[in-house]
Amino acid sequence: MASELIDKYMRPEHLPHIWCPGCGNGIIMRDVAQAIENLGLDHDKVVIVSGIGCSSRAAGYMDFNTIHTTHGRAIAFATGIKLANPELNVIVLAGDGDISAIGGNHLIHAARRNIGITVVVFNNNIYGMTGGQYSPTTPRGEKGTTAPYGNIDRSFDIAGLAYGAGASFAARGSVYHVQQTISYIQQGISHKGFSIIDVADICPTYYGRKNKKGSAVDMMKYQRDNAVMQDKAVTMTAEELKGKVVIGVLAQVNYPEFTKEYQKIIDRLGREAEERERS
Amino acid sequence: MAQKKLVLNSAWCKGCGICAAFCPKQVLAISGEKVAIVNQDACIFCGQCEQRCPDYAIYIEDNEEVGNQWVRPY
Ligand SMILES: Cc1ncc(C[n+]2csc(CCOP(=O)(O)OP(=O)(O)O)c2C)c(N)n1
Ligand code: SF4
Ligand SMILES: [Mg+2]
Repeated sequence: MASELIDKYMRPEHLPHIWCPGCGNGIIMRDVAQAIENLGLDHDKVVIVSGIGCSSRAAGYMDFNTIHTTHGRAIAFATGIKLANPELNVIVLAGDGDISAIGGNHLIHAARRNIGITVVVFNNNIYGMTGGQYSPTTPRGEKGTTAPYGNIDRSFDIAGLAYGAGASFAARGSVYHVQQTISYIQQGISHKGFSIIDVADICPTYYGRKNKKGSAVDMMKYQRDNAVMQDKAVTMTAEELKGKVVIGVLAQVNYPEFTKEYQKIIDRLGREAEERERS
Repeated sequence: MAQKKLVLNSAWCKGCGICAAFCPKQVLAISGEKVAIVNQDACIFCGQCEQRCPDYAIYIEDNEEVGNQWVRPY
């Protein structure tokens, strides 16, 4: 018994999923399905690629061509899939640890290359699957099992990081801001080039409990009450932005896309070989 | 007229309370370990619950075929 959307795009025989009560992962997974539905993409032309983590289990629930790969390497697999078959819509679903810790190098180089894949980050600011270690997006001062007295490091802004590295589309959503997030995912999939949508997720079990953030409902209300739109955020100081959840499209630019540029080389070399044969 | 219905799949509900918290009409409430529809008639089918339910346990069914049987074009 499920809605049309879920029946059409998920594998209901594998539901209910294993995520904890109140975990935001299910909301983001639905956002991805709704974005695909709104775009009317051909089911068989969508490939979902994930790494390892609670969030990466989404690949097992979504009814497309899916591949659940190794920790941090989803982008490497996605690059191969896209390059072999550029007409596919390749969507990477990744945790904040998966994409910005162990997989950080893949992220920045795929962004620099501007390969036409879309990355949706389930950014819960923690390593959920392994029990609550701090991640590169855990805010300074917050706790994890590996930072019992508070995290000393500053956190990555994943959308900003990817844009700085060359991503041509970067946006931020949240599990509270469902309609906006669906729209950003749609824009990212339609965009010709590397796109990333960093979604503020909630992990009530580890991040929430360790940092006394209350229930899943409290964590979502926090997002609602502390959201700032991107165009407003650029006028605010770092001090004013402390604790805020910034939502919106950070950047959208047009650069040559990698698989198209690669094809141009193949075409040129083919033409040159033909000319050599003729002369 | 399309017939809309709020459907609850209790088997998938984990009782997180998100749907009840964001329903603008107090249609839903946590009762024991799961959510219950406590005031179906007040539902305005806005979909606030469906879009944020992490477990796909609550949704609006839009049963258009049933509704169309009553449409007379003349
Ligand atoms: C090569 C390797 N190193 C470490 C691990 C252990 N490990 C599994 S998931 C994970 C981090 C998960 O965090 P994140 O990517 O944020 O996903 P979440 O569970 O929070 O959704 C780690 C370190 C692993 N599976 N493989
Ligand atoms: S541990 Fe956190 S991220 Fe993992 S399923 Fe539970 S709430 Fe979600
Ligand atoms: Mg995480």
